[in-house]
Amino acid sequence: MTVTDTAPAPAPQRPGRSAGRSAYAWLRRTDTGSSTFSVLVTAVLLVVLFGAGTVRYENFGYPQVALNLLVDNAHLIVLAVGMTFVILTGGIDLSSGAVVALSTVVAASLLEKGWAAPLVIALVLAIGTLLGWAMGAAVHHLQLQPFIVTLAGMFLARGLCFVISEPSIPIRDDLFTGLAQNVVELPGNTYLTYAVVIALVVVAVAAFVLHRTRFGRTVYAIGGNEQSAGLMGLAVGRTKVAVYAISGFCSALGGLLFSLYILSGWSLHAIGMELDAIAAVVIGGTLLTGGSGLVLGSLLGVLVLGTIQSLISFDGGLSSWWTKITIGLLLLVFVVVQRVTTRRRR
Amino acid sequence: MPAPPPATTGGGAPLLLETHAMSTPAPSPVVEMSGITIEFPGVRALDGVGLRLFPGEVHALMGENGAGKSTLIKALTGVYRYDAGTVTVDGVPQRFGTPAEAQGAGISTVYQEVNLCPNLTVTENIVLGREPRRRGSIDRRASRERARRVLGELHLDLDPGSVLGRHPIAVQQLVAIARAVDTDAKVLVLDEPTSSLDAGEVAELFRVVRALRDRGVAVLFVSHFLDQVYEISDRMTVLRNGRLVAEHRTAELSRLQLVQEMIGRELSTLEHLDREPSADTPTDAVPRLRARRLGRTGAIAPTDLDVHAGRVTGLAGLLGSGRTELTRLLFGADRATSGSLEVDGRPVRLRTPRAAIAEGIAFCSEDRKGEGVVGDLTVRDNVLLALQARRGWLRRIPRKQGDELVAKYMQALDVRPADPDALIRNLSGGNQQKVLLARWLLTEPRLLLLDEPTRGIDIGAKAQIQALVSQLAAEGMSVVFVSAELEEVLRISDRITVLRDHRAVADVPGSTATLDSVVDLIASGGDRA
Repeated sequence: MTVTDTAPAPAPQRPGRSAGRSAYAWLRRTDTGSSTFSVLVTAVLLVVLFGAGTVRYENFGYPQVALNLLVDNAHLIVLAVGMTFVILTGGIDLSSGAVVALSTVVAASLLEKGWAAPLVIALVLAIGTLLGWAMGAAVHHLQLQPFIVTLAGMFLARGLCFVISEPSIPIRDDLFTGLAQNVVELPGNTYLTYAVVIALVVVAVAAFVLHRTRFGRTVYAIGGNEQSAGLMGLAVGRTKVAVYAISGFCSALGGLLFSLYILSGWSLHAIGMELDAIAAVVIGGTLLTGGSGLVLGSLLGVLVLGTIQSLISFDGGLSSWWTKITIGLLLLVFVVVQRVTTRRRR
Repeated sequence: MPAPPPATTGGGAPLLLETHAMSTPAPSPVVEMSGITIEFPGVRALDGVGLRLFPGEVHALMGENGAGKSTLIKALTGVYRYDAGTVTVDGVPQRFGTPAEAQGAGISTVYQEVNLCPNLTVTENIVLGREPRRRGSIDRRASRERARRVLGELHLDLDPGSVLGRHPIAVQQLVAIARAVDTDAKVLVLDEPTSSLDAGEVAELFRVVRALRDRGVAVLFVSHFLDQVYEISDRMTVLRNGRLVAEHRTAELSRLQLVQEMIGRELSTLEHLDREPSADTPTDAVPRLRARRLGRTGAIAPTDLDVHAGRVTGLAGLLGSGRTELTRLLFGADRATSGSLEVDGRPVRLRTPRAAIAEGIAFCSEDRKGEGVVGDLTVRDNVLLALQARRGWLRRIPRKQGDELVAKYMQALDVRPADPDALIRNLSGGNQQKVLLARWLLTEPRLLLLDEPTRGIDIGAKAQIQALVSQLAAEGMSVVFVSAELEEVLRISDRITVLRDHRAVADVPGSTATLDSVVDLIASGGDRA
């Protein structure tokens, strides 16, 4: 086969078409296009919500308010990335919130005992990955429902937290506090935390893996039609186990970032956080049936959730439960829209 | 085409050895299967079957349902293990454990339901799992170029960047073939590729198949459409009941002979029922069920059908001719897209099976396991299921009354073992069928739709079920009887509607129809009727 390794040739242009129309045609035609479309919808929603906040509330337009969306939700971004892998295969991971709690408890209790921070970090990540791998193996080899397997994983992880320590353990380790308190200064008197940098790196790596590796394309293929993927000779089993391991790793990493954010380990941390992650993934345009969605969408989904939270806290008069109500309604709208669009497609 | 041989040829020993010897071609086969035997618990699905595929030939695998076609394909493509026999590819003995291994040896399969990923682009579906990579990353441009090249080789004008799911099934099927070409397949297996395509799409598919054949690919083609088989194939292998009947050059085999080989004649020896088909014109003017132009797009062309009280209407035709599809429309299991239905002269719309049951229509599905018996319930529960559903859940059938009903019907139908508390999945197929019949008879239907009620059951049980159907008709019930076995349809029916290629081609009285005349109708499509 001859592959011309020359400079990228311009894409073939169809003459007589405006840029807008051909962009629209491209969106309608290509898969990445239809995923991109969902992500664009989420992006527009984010801008609208944020714009509304800027108009309605003084100070909402400060750049640091926007950056705080990332700062306050770095752990959720990482969780949502792992969840995206699982949901793209058509699965679900209910254990991630509990794994976040377990990670904070394991980290805090080991640091309290004087373990070295890097060792603790490695161990926490290993535990999360191993738990995810085990759940993936159960899903694939025993052909169990992901819902049930990860529900069991959730109870297991949450229970283990209590076994290790019931009361909250403060984290005083130098590396952890250092990472938590030092910030990356940005121009305009703004800043980001290191946790945000880590979360954004995770997003970038995940995007590369999903779109530019055979493993990533297999993830999408499984979500599209698992049986077909098998008959096409793809490594379905290995991939399915791997996405749960990835989600477990992301949960553990999310737990570490959360422990930086909150500087304690407690068995009651992050209750229901897996549901926030799922909500973010769905609002980010990923189909719960699998096979379609972008990891960038999940990032935007987290930011949408964060913006709603900021809006309600800026208002001051509203109960914080309105956050949940708004997210619930938004989720419903997104799922209905997805159902309508996919029905038209099939 | 050579003149059809006398219809009475062969009392069981066909001329296959001669045909074999005569048609040995010069090149050696790329795939040779011989003596393939596959046993499933209690059934010998394939019994010493052979198949030869030659490069540059389209080979049709023919046979009625249950003949073993798909089992043979699955043995070839590594889905099933065979218990005896050999498979050689290019003269090298092979034993494939997985579909991937068969693909590795150059055998690609395109299944009836397209096995690709609808959410991915055409390009990705072609290169998936074999994407060109550069520095650890998938090279998208090279992928697209490769897809474009393969599509170009097949002269398919298709945007490689478009999503597969947005294309019609026919195009998806062609993409599946393109994927096979991209793997440099030596053998391409097409399992019922045309079942959901229209004429233009079939022509496009055949153009691609011919292009591949001319490149030296051996194509194994399975279809129930005789016209298509005669159009595309160079050679055919006929199977029946898991055995090899014959291998022929297509040009040397008449359609009549092919149909006879597929259907077989061993049942003509079965004793005749004591039932004389009734006179043509029924006594009552208003039929119990009248269908006018009843049809469903893609399943069955608009069809007229009258079913009178006390009469058996047979539906004859090969598998895939639309027999089951028509029956399902009559029961509301699928919705008609055209035409009208009348029950006792009253227009009705059957949107659901529930509506049909309310009209006194009962349906025994051909899919006994999937749509009939509830395997984990007892015989008693299975028998009472429909009656209970009809009464509604609030009015439970009293235990004693239920027992009496069950005992009565089990005895009448001779269900064995005669134990109402046995789990139905442990019963033989014939006895399961009897339980299903009992279930519907309890609801006292006025029209009974029987789709393949005797498939896969032994001769004795068959005769019992046939006798029962006759008796029910004599008592005034209307019956629609569907069977792949023409003899059976002929023996039992007062009128026979002949179906072919999703279309009713003839409506003949049972009293004058003969096996030969019906086979002729099926083969010719009514043109010569």
